[in-house]
Amino acid sequence: MSEETMSISLTVNGEKVSRSVPVRQHLVDFLRTELGLTGTHLGCEHGSCGACSVRVDGVLVRGCLMLAVQTEGSEVVTIEGLDATGEIADLQAAFVERNALQCGFCTPGMLMAAAELVRAGARNTRAEIRTHLAGNFCRCTGYHAIVDAIAATLDRRANGGDNRG
Amino acid sequence: MKPPKFSYVRAGGLAQVLELLEEHGEEAQILAGGQSLMPVLNMRLSRPKLLIDINRVDVLKGIGFEAGQVRIGALARHVEVASSPIVHHHLPLIAEALPHVAHLAVRNRGTFGGSIALADPAAELPACALALEARFVVASSQGRREIAAADFFKGMQATARRPNELLIETLIPARQNRIPVFLELARRHGDFAIAGLAFQLLLEDGIVADGRLAYFASEDRPTLALRALAAIRGQRLGPATAEAAVAALAGDLAPIENAQASAKMRFHLQSILTRRALAEAHARSSGQTRTT
Repeated sequence: MSEETMSISLTVNGEKVSRSVPVRQHLVDFLRTELGLTGTHLGCEHGSCGACSVRVDGVLVRGCLMLAVQTEGSEVVTIEGLDATGEIADLQAAFVERNALQCGFCTPGMLMAAAELVRAGARNTRAEIRTHLAGNFCRCTGYHAIVDAIAATLDRRANGGDNRG
Repeated sequence: MKPPKFSYVRAGGLAQVLELLEEHGEEAQILAGGQSLMPVLNMRLSRPKLLIDINRVDVLKGIGFEAGQVRIGALARHVEVASSPIVHHHLPLIAEALPHVAHLAVRNRGTFGGSIALADPAAELPACALALEARFVVASSQGRREIAAADFFKGMQATARRPNELLIETLIPARQNRIPVFLELARRHGDFAIAGLAFQLLLEDGIVADGRLAYFASEDRPTLALRALAAIRGQRLGPATAEAAVAALAGDLAPIENAQASAKMRFHLQSILTRRALAEAHARSSGQTRTT
Protein backbone atom coordinates (compact mmCIF):
# COMPACT_ATOMS: atom_id res chain seq x y z
CA MET A 1 0.00 0.00 0.00
CA SER A 2 1.37 3.39 -0.92
CA GLU A 3 1.62 6.21 1.59
CA GLU A 4 -1.68 8.10 1.50
CA THR A 5 -1.43 11.82 2.16
CA MET A 6 -3.92 14.60 2.83
CA SER A 7 -3.72 18.39 2.98
CA ILE A 8 -4.49 20.07 6.28
CA SER A 9 -4.74 23.66 7.48
CA LEU A 10 -4.69 24.51 11.15
CA THR A 11 -3.40 27.06 13.64
CA VAL A 12 -0.38 26.16 15.73
CA ASN A 13 0.60 28.54 18.53
CA GLY A 14 -1.37 31.30 16.86
CA GLU A 15 0.13 30.87 13.40
CA LYS A 16 -1.70 29.44 10.40
CA VAL A 17 -0.06 26.35 8.95
CA SER A 18 -0.88 24.30 5.82
CA ARG A 19 0.85 21.06 4.94
CA SER A 20 0.33 17.82 3.09
CA VAL A 21 0.85 14.98 5.61
CA PRO A 22 0.77 11.19 5.59
CA VAL A 23 -2.66 10.21 6.96
CA ARG A 24 -1.05 7.87 9.47
CA GLN A 25 1.23 10.55 10.95
CA HIS A 26 0.26 11.37 14.52
CA LEU A 27 0.12 14.92 15.79
CA VAL A 28 3.42 14.86 17.70
CA ASP A 29 5.45 13.66 14.73
CA PHE A 30 3.80 16.39 12.67
CA LEU A 31 4.70 19.05 15.25
CA ARG A 32 8.26 17.80 15.69
CA THR A 33 9.30 16.85 12.17
CA GLU A 34 7.19 19.15 9.99
CA LEU A 35 7.15 22.24 12.19
CA GLY A 36 10.32 21.75 14.21
CA LEU A 37 8.44 22.16 17.50
CA THR A 38 10.50 19.66 19.48
CA GLY A 39 9.30 20.75 22.92
CA THR A 40 6.54 18.16 22.72
CA HIS A 41 8.16 14.83 23.54
CA LEU A 42 7.37 11.28 22.50
CA GLY A 43 7.75 8.79 25.30
CA CYS A 44 5.65 5.64 25.23
CA GLU A 45 3.69 6.46 22.07
CA HIS A 46 0.64 4.64 23.41
CA GLY A 47 -0.96 7.16 25.72
CA SER A 48 0.48 6.14 29.08
CA CYS A 49 3.28 8.61 29.82
CA GLY A 50 1.87 12.07 29.07
CA ALA A 51 5.13 13.49 27.64
CA CYS A 52 3.30 14.34 24.39
CA SER A 53 0.54 16.43 26.01
CA VAL A 54 -0.68 19.36 23.89
CA ARG A 55 -3.81 21.51 23.74
CA VAL A 56 -6.19 21.03 20.85
CA ASP A 57 -9.14 23.43 20.63
CA GLY A 58 -8.64 24.43 24.23
CA VAL A 59 -8.39 21.01 25.84
CA LEU A 60 -5.45 18.87 26.90
CA VAL A 61 -4.92 15.79 24.73
CA ARG A 62 -2.37 13.07 24.12
CA GLY A 63 -0.55 14.14 20.96
CA CYS A 64 0.42 10.55 20.17
CA LEU A 65 -3.24 9.41 20.18
CA MET A 66 -4.47 11.87 17.59
CA LEU A 67 -3.67 11.88 13.89
CA ALA A 68 -2.38 15.09 12.37
CA VAL A 69 -5.19 14.93 9.76
CA GLN A 70 -7.73 15.09 12.60
CA THR A 71 -6.58 18.60 13.50
CA GLU A 72 -7.90 20.13 10.25
CA GLY A 73 -9.24 23.57 11.21
CA SER A 74 -8.16 23.17 14.84
CA GLU A 75 -6.14 25.38 17.14
CA VAL A 76 -3.14 23.57 18.57
CA VAL A 77 -1.04 24.99 21.40
CA THR A 78 2.23 23.36 22.35
CA ILE A 79 4.64 24.05 25.19
CA GLU A 80 6.39 26.55 22.92
CA GLY A 81 3.11 28.43 22.61
CA LEU A 82 2.46 28.45 26.36
CA ASP A 83 6.01 29.68 26.90
CA ALA A 84 5.70 32.45 24.32
CA THR A 85 2.44 33.89 25.66
CA GLY A 86 3.69 33.94 29.24
CA GLU A 87 0.57 32.07 30.40
CA ILE A 88 2.61 29.86 32.71
CA ALA A 89 5.71 31.99 33.36
CA ASP A 90 5.15 31.76 37.12
CA LEU A 91 4.69 27.98 36.94
CA GLN A 92 7.92 27.64 34.94
CA ALA A 93 9.75 29.83 37.47
CA ALA A 94 8.39 27.68 40.31
CA PHE A 95 9.65 24.52 38.55
CA VAL A 96 13.15 26.04 38.41
CA GLU A 97 12.99 27.34 41.96
CA ARG A 98 11.92 23.94 43.39
CA ASN A 99 14.18 21.80 41.18
CA ALA A 100 11.04 20.21 39.76
CA LEU A 101 12.92 18.71 36.85
CA GLN A 102 15.87 16.40 36.62
CA CYS A 103 16.44 15.01 33.11
CA GLY A 104 13.66 17.26 31.83
CA PHE A 105 12.07 14.75 29.47
CA CYS A 106 8.65 14.77 31.15
CA THR A 107 8.73 18.51 31.90
CA PRO A 108 6.86 19.87 28.86
CA GLY A 109 4.04 17.37 29.46
CA MET A 110 4.03 18.11 33.18
CA LEU A 111 3.77 21.85 32.47
CA MET A 112 0.97 21.31 29.93
CA ALA A 113 -0.96 19.18 32.45
CA ALA A 114 -0.26 21.54 35.36
CA ALA A 115 -1.36 24.51 33.23
CA GLU A 116 -4.88 23.03 33.23
CA LEU A 117 -4.98 23.13 37.04
CA VAL A 118 -3.47 26.59 37.20
CA ARG A 119 -5.98 28.08 34.78
CA ALA A 120 -8.90 26.35 36.52
CA GLY A 121 -7.93 28.53 39.48
CA ALA A 122 -8.89 26.23 42.36
CA ARG A 123 -6.63 25.89 45.38
CA ASN A 124 -6.12 22.15 45.05
CA THR A 125 -4.76 19.94 47.80
CA ARG A 126 -1.55 18.00 47.22
CA ALA A 127 -3.64 14.83 46.83
CA GLU A 128 -5.73 16.49 44.12
CA ILE A 129 -2.60 17.69 42.34
CA ARG A 130 -1.23 14.15 42.41
CA THR A 131 -4.47 12.71 41.03
CA HIS A 132 -4.46 15.33 38.30
CA LEU A 133 -0.88 14.40 37.37
CA ALA A 134 -1.57 10.64 37.46
CA GLY A 135 -1.47 10.61 33.66
CA ASN A 136 2.10 11.93 33.50
CA PHE A 137 5.14 9.82 34.26
CA CYS A 138 8.44 11.19 35.58
CA ARG A 139 10.96 8.37 35.28
CA CYS A 140 13.43 10.30 37.47
CA THR A 141 10.60 10.00 40.07
CA GLY A 142 10.86 13.66 41.01
CA TYR A 143 7.14 13.94 41.73
CA HIS A 144 7.47 15.55 45.14
CA ALA A 145 9.21 18.64 43.80
CA ILE A 146 6.76 18.86 40.88
CA VAL A 147 3.82 18.85 43.30
CA ASP A 148 5.66 21.49 45.40
CA ALA A 149 6.07 23.75 42.38
CA ILE A 150 2.41 23.44 41.33
CA ALA A 151 1.13 23.92 44.89
CA ALA A 152 3.29 27.04 45.27
CA THR A 153 1.96 28.46 42.00
CA LEU A 154 -1.67 27.76 42.96
CA ASP A 155 -1.11 29.44 46.34
CA ARG A 156 0.52 32.45 44.80
CA ARG A 157 -2.26 32.95 42.28
CA ALA A 158 -4.95 32.42 44.92
CA ASN A 159 -3.30 35.20 46.90
CA GLY A 160 -3.67 37.59 44.01
CA GLY A 161 -0.39 36.93 42.23
CA ASP A 162 -0.35 37.14 38.46
CA ASN A 163 1.33 34.79 36.03
CA ARG A 164 4.61 36.67 35.79
CA GLY A 165 7.47 34.46 36.79
CA MET B 1 6.21 2.74 17.14
CA LYS B 2 4.27 4.31 14.28
CA PRO B 3 0.94 3.14 12.90
CA PRO B 4 1.01 0.91 9.82
CA LYS B 5 -0.22 2.36 6.52
CA PHE B 6 -3.96 2.75 6.11
CA SER B 7 -6.47 4.77 4.12
CA TYR B 8 -8.35 7.47 5.94
CA VAL B 9 -11.78 9.01 5.43
CA ARG B 10 -13.02 11.98 7.43
CA ALA B 11 -16.72 11.15 7.29
CA GLY B 12 -19.11 14.02 6.74
CA GLY B 13 -22.31 12.22 7.64
CA LEU B 14 -23.86 9.04 8.96
CA ALA B 15 -24.92 7.71 5.55
CA GLN B 16 -21.32 7.87 4.34
CA VAL B 17 -20.07 5.94 7.40
CA LEU B 18 -22.67 3.21 6.89
CA GLU B 19 -21.87 2.91 3.18
CA LEU B 20 -18.17 2.54 3.94
CA LEU B 21 -18.88 -0.08 6.62
CA GLU B 22 -21.07 -1.98 4.17
CA GLU B 23 -18.28 -1.95 1.60
CA HIS B 24 -15.28 -2.65 3.85
CA GLY B 25 -16.74 -4.53 6.85
CA GLU B 26 -14.05 -5.95 9.11
CA GLU B 27 -11.27 -4.35 7.09
CA ALA B 28 -12.40 -0.94 8.32
CA GLN B 29 -12.07 0.47 11.83
CA ILE B 30 -14.10 3.31 13.29
CA LEU B 31 -11.99 6.15 14.69
CA ALA B 32 -13.97 7.90 17.44
CA GLY B 33 -11.93 9.21 20.41
CA GLY B 34 -9.03 7.01 19.39
CA GLN B 35 -7.82 6.55 22.95
CA SER B 36 -7.81 2.76 22.63
CA LEU B 37 -7.55 2.40 18.85
CA MET B 38 -4.51 4.67 18.42
CA PRO B 39 -2.33 2.78 20.95
CA VAL B 40 -3.26 -0.47 19.21
CA LEU B 41 -2.31 1.03 15.83
CA ASN B 42 0.90 2.58 17.19
CA MET B 43 1.87 -0.84 18.53
CA ARG B 44 0.82 -2.43 15.21
CA LEU B 45 -1.45 -4.91 16.94
CA SER B 46 -4.11 -4.11 14.34
CA ARG B 47 -3.75 -3.34 10.62
CA PRO B 48 -7.05 -1.99 9.28
CA LYS B 49 -7.13 -1.08 5.59
CA LEU B 50 -9.37 1.88 6.27
CA LEU B 51 -9.94 4.24 9.19
CA ILE B 52 -13.35 5.92 9.18
CA ASP B 53 -13.10 9.06 11.30
CA ILE B 54 -16.56 9.79 12.74
CA ASN B 55 -15.54 12.80 14.86
CA ARG B 56 -17.36 15.27 12.60
CA VAL B 57 -20.61 13.32 12.34
CA ASP B 58 -22.75 15.66 14.42
CA VAL B 59 -25.81 13.40 14.79
CA LEU B 60 -23.68 11.12 16.99
CA LYS B 61 -23.04 13.88 19.52
CA GLY B 62 -24.88 15.10 22.58
CA ILE B 63 -26.69 13.95 25.70
CA GLY B 64 -30.43 14.31 26.17
CA PHE B 65 -33.38 13.28 28.32
CA GLU B 66 -36.74 12.37 26.89
CA ALA B 67 -39.66 10.10 27.82
CA GLY B 68 -38.00 8.80 30.95
CA GLN B 69 -34.73 7.85 29.36
CA VAL B 70 -31.31 9.34 28.88
CA ARG B 71 -29.77 9.30 25.41
CA ILE B 72 -25.99 9.40 25.25
CA GLY B 73 -24.70 9.91 21.71
CA ALA B 74 -21.86 7.62 20.69
CA LEU B 75 -19.51 10.58 20.31
CA ALA B 76 -20.24 12.14 23.73
CA ARG B 77 -16.80 12.49 25.26
CA HIS B 78 -16.10 11.27 28.78
CA VAL B 79 -15.50 14.83 29.96
CA GLU B 80 -18.93 15.89 28.62
CA VAL B 81 -20.72 12.96 30.22
CA ALA B 82 -18.91 13.58 33.52
CA SER B 83 -20.02 17.22 33.63
CA SER B 84 -23.56 16.69 32.29
CA PRO B 85 -26.35 17.77 34.70
CA ILE B 86 -28.63 15.16 33.06
CA VAL B 87 -26.17 12.40 33.89
CA HIS B 88 -25.64 13.65 37.45
CA HIS B 89 -29.37 13.84 38.03
CA HIS B 90 -30.59 10.67 36.33
CA LEU B 91 -27.53 8.42 36.14
CA PRO B 92 -25.45 9.08 39.26
CA LEU B 93 -23.81 5.65 38.87
CA ILE B 94 -22.13 6.86 35.67
CA ALA B 95 -21.17 10.19 37.25
CA GLU B 96 -19.49 8.18 40.02
CA ALA B 97 -17.67 5.91 37.60
CA LEU B 98 -16.24 8.49 35.20
CA PRO B 99 -13.49 9.93 37.42
CA HIS B 100 -12.00 6.41 37.37
CA VAL B 101 -11.83 6.35 33.57
CA ALA B 102 -8.20 6.97 32.59
CA HIS B 103 -6.71 10.46 32.92
CA LEU B 104 -7.88 13.97 32.07
CA ALA B 105 -6.22 14.12 28.63
CA VAL B 106 -7.76 10.77 27.71
CA ARG B 107 -11.22 11.72 29.07
CA ASN B 108 -11.07 14.87 26.90
CA ARG B 109 -11.00 12.71 23.75
CA GLY B 110 -12.38 9.29 24.68
CA THR B 111 -16.05 8.66 23.89
CA PHE B 112 -18.91 6.84 25.61
CA GLY B 113 -19.74 4.91 22.45
CA GLY B 114 -16.12 3.96 21.92
CA SER B 115 -15.85 2.43 25.36
CA ILE B 116 -19.06 0.45 24.84
CA ALA B 117 -18.19 -0.72 21.32
CA LEU B 118 -14.67 -1.77 22.30
CA ALA B 119 -15.99 -3.74 25.31
CA ASP B 120 -12.70 -3.97 27.15
CA PRO B 121 -13.22 -6.27 30.14
CA ALA B 122 -11.54 -3.78 32.50
CA ALA B 123 -13.61 -0.81 31.32
CA GLU B 124 -16.01 0.97 33.67
CA LEU B 125 -18.79 2.07 31.30
CA PRO B 126 -19.84 -1.34 29.93
CA ALA B 127 -20.40 -2.51 33.53
CA CYS B 128 -22.42 0.62 34.31
CA ALA B 129 -24.51 0.08 31.16
CA LEU B 130 -25.22 -3.47 32.28
CA ALA B 131 -26.22 -2.40 35.80
CA LEU B 132 -28.46 0.33 34.38
CA GLU B 133 -30.15 -1.98 31.82
CA ALA B 134 -29.03 0.19 28.93
CA ARG B 135 -29.95 -0.48 25.31
CA PHE B 136 -27.57 0.21 22.47
CA VAL B 137 -28.80 1.48 19.12
CA VAL B 138 -26.77 0.25 16.16
CA ALA B 139 -27.32 1.21 12.54
CA SER B 140 -26.38 -0.22 9.17
CA SER B 141 -27.51 0.79 5.69
CA GLN B 142 -30.31 -1.77 6.14
CA GLY B 143 -31.74 -0.02 9.17
CA ARG B 144 -31.47 0.24 12.93
CA ARG B 145 -31.86 -2.17 15.80
CA GLU B 146 -31.60 -2.03 19.56
CA ILE B 147 -29.55 -4.47 21.61
CA ALA B 148 -29.97 -4.84 25.37
CA ALA B 149 -26.73 -4.52 27.34
CA ALA B 150 -27.28 -8.02 28.70
CA ASP B 151 -27.14 -9.38 25.12
CA PHE B 152 -24.42 -7.07 23.80
CA PHE B 153 -21.19 -8.09 25.52
CA LYS B 154 -20.04 -11.43 24.10
CA GLY B 155 -16.47 -11.84 25.34
CA MET B 156 -13.04 -10.22 25.36
CA GLN B 157 -13.60 -7.07 23.28
CA ALA B 158 -16.36 -8.92 21.45
CA THR B 159 -19.92 -7.64 21.03
CA ALA B 160 -23.17 -8.34 19.20
CA ARG B 161 -22.48 -5.43 16.82
CA ARG B 162 -22.00 -6.74 13.26
CA PRO B 163 -19.08 -5.50 11.11
CA ASN B 164 -21.43 -3.41 8.94
CA GLU B 165 -23.05 -1.73 11.95
CA LEU B 166 -22.19 1.47 13.80
CA LEU B 167 -23.10 2.14 17.43
CA ILE B 168 -25.23 5.30 17.26
CA GLU B 169 -26.33 5.94 20.82
CA THR B 170 -27.01 4.44 24.23
CA LEU B 171 -30.48 4.65 25.81
CA ILE B 172 -30.69 4.31 29.57
CA PRO B 173 -33.92 4.32 31.60
CA ALA B 174 -33.91 6.90 34.39
CA ARG B 175 -35.17 5.15 37.51
CA GLN B 176 -36.02 6.85 40.75
CA ASN B 177 -35.01 5.73 44.22
CA ARG B 178 -32.19 3.44 43.13
CA ILE B 179 -29.01 3.53 45.12
CA PRO B 180 -25.88 3.52 42.97
CA VAL B 181 -22.50 2.33 44.17
CA PHE B 182 -19.40 2.24 41.98
CA LEU B 183 -16.05 0.96 43.25
CA GLU B 184 -12.84 -0.11 41.60
CA LEU B 185 -9.28 -1.04 42.45
CA ALA B 186 -6.38 -0.05 40.20
CA ARG B 187 -2.65 0.15 40.85
CA ARG B 188 -2.52 3.83 39.92
CA HIS B 189 -5.49 6.20 39.70
CA GLY B 190 -6.82 6.01 36.15
CA ASP B 191 -5.05 2.76 35.26
CA PHE B 192 -6.91 -0.35 34.16
CA ALA B 193 -8.91 -1.82 37.02
CA ILE B 194 -7.94 -5.17 38.53
CA ALA B 195 -11.34 -5.47 40.22
CA GLY B 196 -14.47 -3.37 40.04
CA LEU B 197 -18.24 -3.27 40.44
CA ALA B 198 -21.24 -1.17 39.50
CA PHE B 199 -24.33 -1.70 41.66
CA GLN B 200 -27.81 -0.30 41.34
CA LEU B 201 -30.02 -1.26 44.28
CA LEU B 202 -33.69 -0.72 45.04
CA LEU B 203 -34.27 -0.74 48.78
CA GLU B 204 -37.67 -0.74 50.48
CA ASP B 205 -37.53 -0.04 54.21
CA GLY B 206 -33.93 -1.25 54.32
CA ILE B 207 -34.79 -4.49 52.48
CA VAL B 208 -33.26 -5.24 49.08
CA ALA B 209 -36.26 -5.31 46.75
CA ASP B 210 -34.33 -5.52 43.48
CA GLY B 211 -31.13 -4.46 41.85
CA ARG B 212 -28.36 -5.16 39.38
CA LEU B 213 -24.90 -6.19 40.54
CA ALA B 214 -22.41 -5.80 37.68
CA TYR B 215 -18.76 -6.77 37.98
CA PHE B 216 -15.89 -5.90 35.67
CA ALA B 217 -12.14 -6.49 35.34
CA SER B 218 -12.49 -10.06 36.51
CA GLU B 219 -14.31 -11.87 33.67
CA ASP B 220 -13.68 -11.58 29.94
CA ARG B 221 -16.76 -9.31 29.81
CA PRO B 222 -18.83 -7.27 32.27
CA THR B 223 -20.92 -9.75 34.23
CA LEU B 224 -24.20 -9.61 36.17
CA ALA B 225 -24.02 -11.49 39.47
CA LEU B 226 -27.44 -13.15 39.47
CA ARG B 227 -26.75 -15.59 42.31
CA ALA B 228 -25.37 -12.87 44.57
CA LEU B 229 -28.47 -10.78 43.83
CA ALA B 230 -30.74 -13.73 44.62
CA ALA B 231 -28.88 -14.18 47.92
CA ILE B 232 -29.62 -10.63 49.06
CA ARG B 233 -33.07 -10.05 47.55
CA GLY B 234 -35.61 -9.81 50.34
CA GLN B 235 -32.88 -9.40 52.95
CA ARG B 236 -32.04 -6.45 55.16
CA LEU B 237 -28.65 -4.90 54.35
CA GLY B 238 -26.03 -5.63 56.97
CA PRO B 239 -22.90 -7.72 57.55
CA ALA B 240 -24.73 -11.09 57.35
CA THR B 241 -26.34 -10.16 54.04
CA ALA B 242 -22.98 -9.03 52.67
CA GLU B 243 -21.46 -12.40 53.61
CA ALA B 244 -24.33 -14.18 51.87
CA ALA B 245 -23.64 -12.12 48.74
CA VAL B 246 -19.94 -12.98 48.82
CA ALA B 247 -20.67 -16.70 49.32
CA ALA B 248 -23.03 -16.70 46.32
CA LEU B 249 -20.61 -14.64 44.23
CA ALA B 250 -18.37 -17.69 43.86
CA GLY B 251 -21.10 -19.12 41.60
CA ASP B 252 -21.25 -15.95 39.50
CA LEU B 253 -17.61 -15.16 38.82
CA ALA B 254 -14.79 -17.20 37.32
CA PRO B 255 -12.08 -14.55 37.08
CA ILE B 256 -9.48 -14.46 34.33
CA GLU B 257 -5.82 -14.65 35.17
CA ASN B 258 -3.08 -12.42 33.75
CA ALA B 259 0.14 -10.63 34.68
CA GLN B 260 -1.76 -8.09 36.76
CA ALA B 261 -3.54 -10.50 39.08
CA SER B 262 -4.30 -14.19 39.57
CA ALA B 263 -7.87 -15.50 39.46
CA LYS B 264 -7.79 -16.08 43.20
CA MET B 265 -6.62 -12.57 43.93
CA ARG B 266 -9.25 -11.04 41.65
CA PHE B 267 -12.00 -13.00 43.38
CA HIS B 268 -10.63 -11.95 46.77
CA LEU B 269 -10.65 -8.28 45.69
CA GLN B 270 -14.18 -8.53 44.22
CA SER B 271 -15.34 -9.99 47.55
CA ILE B 272 -13.83 -7.11 49.47
CA LEU B 273 -15.39 -4.58 47.10
CA THR B 274 -18.77 -6.34 47.47
CA ARG B 275 -18.69 -5.95 51.26
CA ARG B 276 -17.68 -2.30 50.94
CA ALA B 277 -20.32 -1.58 48.32
CA LEU B 278 -23.17 -3.10 50.32
CA ALA B 279 -22.03 -1.21 53.43
CA GLU B 280 -21.94 1.97 51.36
CA ALA B 281 -25.44 1.29 49.97
CA HIS B 282 -26.69 0.74 53.51
CA ALA B 283 -25.11 4.01 54.67
CA ARG B 284 -26.54 5.91 51.72
CA SER B 285 -30.01 4.47 52.24
CA SER B 286 -30.01 5.72 55.80
CA GLY B 287 -28.90 9.14 54.66
CA GLN B 288 -25.31 8.96 55.80
CA THR B 289 -22.33 9.11 53.53
CA ARG B 290 -19.42 6.93 54.17
CA THR B 291 -16.05 6.97 52.51
CA THR B 292 -14.98 3.56 51.36
